[in-house]
Amino acid sequence: MRQATGAGPAAAPSGGILLEVRHLVQEFVLRDHGGVRGGVLQAVFDVSFELRAGETLGIVGETGSGKSTLARSVIQAPPPKHGEVIFEGTDLVRLRRRAMKPVRRHMQMVFQDPFRSLDPRWTVAGIVAEPLIAHGVGSRSERRERVNSFLDRVGLDPAGYGKRHPRELSGGQAQRVAIARALVLEPKLIICDEPVSSLDVLVQAQVLNLFETLRSEMGLSYLFIAHDLALVKQVSDRVAVMYLGKLCEIGPVRDIYREPLHPYTLALLNSIPDPSPPEGKRDTARVISGEPPSPLDPPSGCRFRTRCPRAADRCAAEVPELRTLGDLRQVACHFPLPARNDKRAEREFVL
Amino acid sequence: MTAAALLEVSDLCVRFRSRGNVVNAVQGISFTVEPGQTVAIIGESGSGKTVSAYAIMGLLPRTAHVSGSISFKGVQLVGRSEKDLRDHRGRNVAMVFQDPERSLNPTMRIGAQISEAIRCHLPLDRNDAHERAVELLRLVRLPAPERRFYEYPHQLSGGMRQRVVIAIALACEPRLLIADEATTALDVTTQAQIMDLLLDLQRQLGTALVMISHDLALAASYAEEVLVMYAGRVVERARTRDLFGSVRMPYTRALLGAIPRIELEPHVLLPVVGGRPPDLSAIMPGCSFAPRCPDVQQDCRHHTPALEEHDSGHWWACWHPCGEETGP
Repeated sequence: MRQATGAGPAAAPSGGILLEVRHLVQEFVLRDHGGVRGGVLQAVFDVSFELRAGETLGIVGETGSGKSTLARSVIQAPPPKHGEVIFEGTDLVRLRRRAMKPVRRHMQMVFQDPFRSLDPRWTVAGIVAEPLIAHGVGSRSERRERVNSFLDRVGLDPAGYGKRHPRELSGGQAQRVAIARALVLEPKLIICDEPVSSLDVLVQAQVLNLFETLRSEMGLSYLFIAHDLALVKQVSDRVAVMYLGKLCEIGPVRDIYREPLHPYTLALLNSIPDPSPPEGKRDTARVISGEPPSPLDPPSGCRFRTRCPRAADRCAAEVPELRTLGDLRQVACHFPLPARNDKRAEREFVL
Repeated sequence: MTAAALLEVSDLCVRFRSRGNVVNAVQGISFTVEPGQTVAIIGESGSGKTVSAYAIMGLLPRTAHVSGSISFKGVQLVGRSEKDLRDHRGRNVAMVFQDPERSLNPTMRIGAQISEAIRCHLPLDRNDAHERAVELLRLVRLPAPERRFYEYPHQLSGGMRQRVVIAIALACEPRLLIADEATTALDVTTQAQIMDLLLDLQRQLGTALVMISHDLALAASYAEEVLVMYAGRVVERARTRDLFGSVRMPYTRALLGAIPRIELEPHVLLPVVGGRPPDLSAIMPGCSFAPRCPDVQQDCRHHTPALEEHDSGHWWACWHPCGEETGP
């Protein structure tokens, strides 16, 4: 396999801070008929986290939890309402649009549906070359070589696939093209928004493995958004759990899955179907009831309290701040779940 | 097989003809569903699972060529007129589709849609149908059913819409419910709620359930029996416990291995098989999984293995099943 020019050595997950998000708020004003202000939807509310170079932060949550909005706010499309997004020491929110362009070179995005994110009239080689042209990288022949080397890297033969159009590709191949396009500028950060959810199980595993290999080869950092907790565990170093626009919990992946602190995380983990059940049927008691409330009118205090089995008066009165517990973990809950030391209970829970 | 079987499919083939091309979507599948049983059909896109379900429902378009036999409570369905099939749907079998948004009429109140389904099949007047509809909404645990009766689909969330679709499906107390990727479009927590609801209803009403899914884990947690389909054929069939205890077909093993599992450590590479499912327009000799199979041997490419019952209740179609020499 050809080596891409300028790819740095793989950075350890303990590298310097690449991205820092502080108190990010994103709102959308809803308009009724005639443009009358209908309400303000707080899609993301006061979210802070950091991402180190070479690290993968998984973001999980249900539909409407604000995880995609958060990703788009990071990449400034559109810029957030309040807060700071500090990428390599620069606050992107304050940058002017023209100054944003060189920064975008270092942060690229991969979307859920490859067919909707690729122009159907372009060839594969053209699609992958476009970012290079947009950023004025290299001469025509250098660009061609670079496109070929990146197609090769994502497992597509440049001679066979370069001239094809997206409709001539399978879902997995199209997603590989989307990944090659995101990588061709050799960015530092890749934001993946449900990158494998539209793919079949076997293809999904191939693409997930590709993400893993590329990460270690190119020293990439990922913001990996997905609703599937098992999938997020597979790729992440740390995981952030979102509910209704707020962070519930953030911490190292092993800790979160072994002993979740936030009741919502536990509820999510309990909802995962288990491929090797002991008796064929599962007990239904552990599944949380109800549906997320409307983000137009979120509950007072803790946003999860309406579905939380541990909710008390304090949860309605006081918004739980994200506080640090232990070394690396943070949780936004007044009554976090106790740490489990009992080995038996632990296994019962995980399975 | 047994006289008690509710649904008996044997050697079902479905072919589509379009512009001179023939697509062999289903190539001779056989299975039975007992009353009150839960069967899962698993496979990738294009494996023929949805086409099989449509055949059972009698919903295939006229371009489809169906052969073999589908017998429901002893009545043959293949070759019946549209009018007979219409009567069969709703009363005998009902289906819940993947996308609740597209299964509901956006311009009709949900109550009217449920009443319509009831009055199509049962001799009830408007008031009785209304009462029955509210009762159904209560059955599927939709909060405030009297009020929801007058709401439109867009006023409900995805999970609630799927509950409404289930209510419509149950309107005439069908003996068999087919759930085609019924929870795929939903969130994990909602998926768990809907699956639990389906199982509860099944226990309450004694309906048999055929769930079609690409998600092995989901099938494993809810179904009693699992059929694994690949390229229009059933390649493995077993009781859930037997299947996951001892996987025999390399394709099933590949599917199981490719699922990210919560017990795995982060950053572990998943075992993958390359290639793509075969083109269904030509029937090739040999096992259809042979070009992708890691355990392929010479005879696999020439002789098609038949689905046979090797262990009691455990069927597989493979010349060299896994687990013969070593454990899983």
